Amino acid sequence: MVPLSYYLTVGAVIFIIGVVGVLTRKNAIIILMSIELMLNAVNITLVAFSHYLQDLTGQIFSIFIITVAAGEAAIGLAIIIAIYRAKATINVDEVNLMKW
Amino acid sequence: MELVFFSIFSSLAIVSAMLVIIKKNVIHSALFLILSFCSVASLYVLLDAELLAAVQILVYAGAIMVLYIFAILLINIERERIIAHVHSQSKLALGVGVLLLIEIVFIISNAVYSKPLGTNATIVQEGAKMGNTELIASVLYTKFLLPFEVVAVLLLAAMIGTIFLAKKDIK
Repeated sequence: MVPLSYYLTVGAVIFIIGVVGVLTRKNAIIILMSIELMLNAVNITLVAFSHYLQDLTGQIFSIFIITVAAGEAAIGLAIIIAIYRAKATINVDEVNLMKW
Repeated sequence: MELVFFSIFSSLAIVSAMLVIIKKNVIHSALFLILSFCSVASLYVLLDAELLAAVQILVYAGAIMVLYIFAILLINIERERIIAHVHSQSKLALGVGVLLLIEIVFIISNAVYSKPLGTNATIVQEGAKMGNTELIASVLYTKFLLPFEVVAVLLLAAMIGTIFLAKKDIK
């Protein structure tokens, strides 16, 4: 029987990897992929708790999180395509019209 | 035996997640993200969540990542334009990340876990002799009907927004 804290640690490590990816990379698509990693880590934590508390609410919540992540990925990519059409770049450092 | 499978799949998930944010080529990052999703789906099977594992592979690895790869295809970046692929503050971000990780692991390993039964009137999984899909369906369409319908409207709004944002202007 794998202890609960092992699953929570795996979730935490993947979450931190996603956070470092969002803070570090310049390519906008990689930033969106790191956000998907963070959502995945939260899903691991929820399903682990659902297994160890014998309650199905965690898995239902995970299904909703997957659905919302799908919608958010679609809109994020549409925004990136629109930015690419306007400025021919997806480097987030170059989208700085509002910088003072 | 379960520990062996857990260590294989969790190390695969963590290593491929690290390679997602390290690789310079965007397509390589997308492929490692697919590998990470599939290993997380295997972790779900270990946790007796079979429907969620199937949904993860179908939706995340099958639909969302295909969307990402099509978007990368449409954007068509040349590799020389991105001079440095990390920020100048990447060391600070890495330091903050490691600090946060140490803090989280410390809290997790010092927590005291009891095991109460489901006090929430949601179905207890062991006693009900149905499969995982039937159990989720019996709860999703009765107790969680309102979030289900709200998520359907949310998907409709996301679809309309995506089509509107990404279409070309017809002059």
